[in-house]
Amino acid sequence: MEILVCVKRVPDTAENEFELNSAGNDLDRDDLVYSVNEWDNYAVEEAIQIVDKVGGSVTVITVGDDESEEVLRREMAMGANNGILLSDDAFEGSDGKGIATILKTEAQKGNYDLILSGAQADEGAGQVGGMLAAMLDYPYASLVNKIEVGDGKITVGREIEGGNQEMNEMQLPCVLSIQTGINEPRYVGIRGIRKVASVDIPVKGADDLGIDAGSVGKKGAKTKRVDYFVPDMGEGAEMLEGSTDEIIEKLIEKLKAKGGL
Amino acid sequence: MTSIIGPASFKFFGIFPAAILSFVLPVIGIGLFAYIMVRRIAPLVRANPDNRFDHIGLRVKNLIFVWLGQMRQPRYMLAGVLHICIFAGFLILSIRSTSLVIIGLSDGFVLPGFGGFLGDIYNFIKDYAATIVLIACIIAAVRRGIFKPGRYAVPEKYGKDHTSEAVFVLGIISTLMISESLFEASELAYEFQHTGQEHFLAPLSLVWIFRGIFASAPQNVLQGLHIFTYFVHDLTFFFFLCFLPLGKHFHVITSVFNVFFMRVQKGKIKPVMHGVSDDKLDDLESFGVKKLEDFTWKHMLDFYSCADCGRCSDHCPANAAGRPLSPRFITIKARDLIFKNYPLSGEIYKSNLLVEDIYTEDEIWSCTTCGACEEECPLGIEYIDKMVDLRRGMVDEGMVPQSLQKSLKALEKRGNPYGKMEKKRADWTKDKEFKASWQIKDLAKDKADTLYFVDSITSYDDDMQDIARRTSIILKKAGIDFGILGKKEKDSGNEVLRFGEEMLYQDLKDQNIETITQSGVKQIVTADPHAYNALKNDYANLPPVKHISQVVAQKIGTGELDLKPCQNPEKVYVYHDPCYLGRHNGIYEDPRQALDAIDGLTRVELEKSRDRSFCCGGGGLMLFYEPEEETRMGVLRVNMAAEAGATVIVTACPFCLVNIQDAIKVAGKEGEMEALDFTKLIEQHLF
Amino acid sequence: MTQIFAYIPFNNGVAEDIALEYPSAAGKIDAGASLTAVVTGSGPDLDKVANDMTSIYSQVIKIDHADLAYPNADIVRKALKNILPSDAVFLIAHNTFGMDLGPGLSVKLDCAYAADIVDFEGIDGTTLKAVRQELGGAVSTHVAIDIASGAVMTVRPGSFAPVEGGSANGSVVDKSGEAGDLSSKRKFLEIVAAEVGDVDITKSDVLVSIGRGIEDEDNIEIAQELAEAMNAVVSCSRPIVDAKWLEKSRQVGTSGQTVKPKVYMAMGISGSFQHLGGIKGNPFIVAVNKNPKAPIFQVADVGIVEDILDFMPELTETINDL
Repeated sequence: MEILVCVKRVPDTAENEFELNSAGNDLDRDDLVYSVNEWDNYAVEEAIQIVDKVGGSVTVITVGDDESEEVLRREMAMGANNGILLSDDAFEGSDGKGIATILKTEAQKGNYDLILSGAQADEGAGQVGGMLAAMLDYPYASLVNKIEVGDGKITVGREIEGGNQEMNEMQLPCVLSIQTGINEPRYVGIRGIRKVASVDIPVKGADDLGIDAGSVGKKGAKTKRVDYFVPDMGEGAEMLEGSTDEIIEKLIEKLKAKGGL
Repeated sequence: MTSIIGPASFKFFGIFPAAILSFVLPVIGIGLFAYIMVRRIAPLVRANPDNRFDHIGLRVKNLIFVWLGQMRQPRYMLAGVLHICIFAGFLILSIRSTSLVIIGLSDGFVLPGFGGFLGDIYNFIKDYAATIVLIACIIAAVRRGIFKPGRYAVPEKYGKDHTSEAVFVLGIISTLMISESLFEASELAYEFQHTGQEHFLAPLSLVWIFRGIFASAPQNVLQGLHIFTYFVHDLTFFFFLCFLPLGKHFHVITSVFNVFFMRVQKGKIKPVMHGVSDDKLDDLESFGVKKLEDFTWKHMLDFYSCADCGRCSDHCPANAAGRPLSPRFITIKARDLIFKNYPLSGEIYKSNLLVEDIYTEDEIWSCTTCGACEEECPLGIEYIDKMVDLRRGMVDEGMVPQSLQKSLKALEKRGNPYGKMEKKRADWTKDKEFKASWQIKDLAKDKADTLYFVDSITSYDDDMQDIARRTSIILKKAGIDFGILGKKEKDSGNEVLRFGEEMLYQDLKDQNIETITQSGVKQIVTADPHAYNALKNDYANLPPVKHISQVVAQKIGTGELDLKPCQNPEKVYVYHDPCYLGRHNGIYEDPRQALDAIDGLTRVELEKSRDRSFCCGGGGLMLFYEPEEETRMGVLRVNMAAEAGATVIVTACPFCLVNIQDAIKVAGKEGEMEALDFTKLIEQHLF
Repeated sequence: MTQIFAYIPFNNGVAEDIALEYPSAAGKIDAGASLTAVVTGSGPDLDKVANDMTSIYSQVIKIDHADLAYPNADIVRKALKNILPSDAVFLIAHNTFGMDLGPGLSVKLDCAYAADIVDFEGIDGTTLKAVRQELGGAVSTHVAIDIASGAVMTVRPGSFAPVEGGSANGSVVDKSGEAGDLSSKRKFLEIVAAEVGDVDITKSDVLVSIGRGIEDEDNIEIAQELAEAMNAVVSCSRPIVDAKWLEKSRQVGTSGQTVKPKVYMAMGISGSFQHLGGIKGNPFIVAVNKNPKAPIFQVADVGIVEDILDFMPELTETINDL
């Protein structure tokens, strides 16, 4: 099976504290550490496990800049066979659809039976996989937590509300977005990454892909982020005062607003 | 007929010379033994290299004290004394055994130099030796067979019980003693009957007793007995020789080598591959032990040398906590695998991955590297390096539990297992109250003689940051000019190394060494025994490293630090030896001296103290991974303290503090027991 | 005029709560826009829901087709593509179905896409301003969406005020015939229910989490009662598991489970780093602890200094009386 996995380099949510910069319009990126998006990592592990069982190869691909190459290498250290970096100044500022458009041009070139992405990334939108599928006219399933490969089709389980699992049968080729917990990704240490340090990763720009710059990047984006801000939440907890009854009353009001009741 | 006919001259049924048997038996015996030994050496030849010819002086010292002096045996008194008897007996009787073999070919043979007076003294000693060995064997057999002490038990998952093998060998040894004595006694009784001459024999020795019993036996009985017991001894002796390499009694042969080659430097982990320097590590195909042959030859020798005594597992805290680890069976399973893959005849089998074959992942991750096992083993068998090597293999294959992956990733990106930002590493200095009185030098900007290496847990854990502050105050009051590395400090990597992530450890180590060297400090002090161990034993080219307890003890000695009388005389204090301060680095007395310098402080000792201290279960990354266990090690330790009558457990290690604090709550002993860090106790008592 | 369409998810003939929230959301987008509900499905349940929606929406589009009996996003997408006007602004809940349907729909309709929106700030020309969150809720962002050719947007349930139903007097328009070719390469097979008895705390939106403050195994019942009143699940911190009062699968923490609930009731939990490390997604944290200096109060949204053993039963009673 030829599998393409779309990955993204994101700020690590576990090892960063996010603060606004002094201008107040972006994150303070000085001290941020980045790594591969956690959901994408599960997707790569799943791809590698599938290929271990039925043969084939795993290609990881990302749209980014030079620094994004490090996540491709890390996934290759994990076991992906090939990596492709799609990079061009014209791609900057792309919205989800822009990214999907860029990925689509490359995805069409290979004969991929299966295209995977993580269910969501740092922006929490979970959009690129579904868009890519629609552009390619492939069937799509999101939040996949189980994959069973058959002959020309696959059985896929989706995580839905209440902890239940929705089972679907998909014809290949198809696109799936992968939910965390589908497997236990293997560990990749510094040593593994050093081993793939000199493997060639082709870089392709807008011309190589034959993309019209106007359809991607800032120009082509229909959804744009204007700024970052931190909603005013005050310092620490809001301490509720008063008699127990009064406190309970206030608490219930707040719980209702937050969906706790 | 004048004297008894010895086996050299005897003829069976008057025709068949017994000497032929005396010749054939040894030839077959030695030949078979040689063949078995060659087969047994085969895996060692295929094993990885090991550097065991360094520190010859220390090795000879070990040979004298641990092997010959049997100094670890009395740690279990009854079994120890029994073994010392049997061991000493073996050594003494080796001379007799050798001469006996030749006696079968040449009557009355005596080894050169053992004629005359020396020979008589020897005979006297050896007769008692044989007697004592027999008595020891009988007591041992009763103990093993009837009383069945707990540490020999074989849990179901590890297979059948080993008692029959043990008792069988005791039977063999007893047979050797009895047959040798009877052989001699029969001759002496015959002599006496014949010539009336009575040799002086060691009174109450076995041979003395036998001679007494058979004093008036008919001469043909004595003759028959003489020949019979000779060949019983000869056969048993060569049988035993060939039996030794087949099981746990291989240690009889390998022990002298195993002890000579045993660990001479504590607290240090072996390199990934002996002979491959750090900068060449990238060239290695594979890291760690994945298959049997990846072990070094000394580790293989360890597997052969195990006497199945169970002392290691008896002291293993993981075992006591009900984790799936029993060090004894790490060794026995590996030994059995060697026996299976390298059979005495037939083809050698290809090894599978150990962690799927004989070990489980949890078993290997269960070890806290406390070193209690290695401290007990009378044969110098090592475990820590093996565990680390197995972990290196698992890490290389990506088999790391998810919760551990997170902390390893955090260490890689942020230099600490919590994933917190580097620039917050020195935030403990910014505590309002503390900052008002004490300013701490940052060695990136200032110079100082001494580096206070704080390490990750003390820097980032809200509760543990207190240790850093108090250590600073102690150092200041002791007049020591020091600074910290602040945000440039990376985790010391003690745990990272022991968890098998070699390259990450190298990375952290290189960064730390560079920063420390640049700072120009002349000595390093730390309050974290894990950091102490790494900086002192695993790193190289650093200024001397001290633990805060050593500094305190020294400064009390010179009078530079003065301690107030005990502020809580009603409390009963007990000092818990941290593994990385005590067992791995031999620092037992300094903290105790410091505590005892506080007038009126009531201090008790735990039964398991000093080199028998019981691990709290700490060990850095253990905070992020939990193997299956029945109880927590910390809880077991807290209960021990309660039994000793203590109300305060004093620890000199932040991991011990975390674990014991937690354990007190889990054990439901809040209010009855408290955990107190050494630095807090001392700082509270400073003027 | 902006035409807003809202997809009504339902279960067993009852529309989900989001159906009541769309009108407020639509109002914040453009008070003068038209708002139409869209329901797909098959049979009497569909009919009932469509009718129920007429009291909230002035127009309800119904698509009835056997293939839509189970909401297969692939098929629903095809139907919607055929019945929605080209510049429609389409709202769906940001739930597992919305994530499945939305992105592809925006491609087929060739319009903008924005997901998991928590607030709208009106239209300026053809630019709609909205608020979302990134990085697991650590930061918020303002986004500008070009809706000149419409948009598909998913909205976070619970972010918009629900309206009181009853006054719309709408009508149901049956557009089943316009659904078009609903053949699909994705076929729904079945739902595998979550294992009964095995409580998966990671799936619950509300957690009542207990720590050492519970003091005794027998007191866990108090937490269970509160959990039942809140339609929540009981979880805990490590000491409870160590004491063997609850199974390991209930533990929240770095060496336990990672949970992403909407509401986290931290009852008698001190707030150690290891415990908090298991809570992601920025939930609304209510901390109750008798120690006013407990670290949990620094990370909680609401703090109450009380003994949980007294507080929880009272809270349970009050909730049950609602």
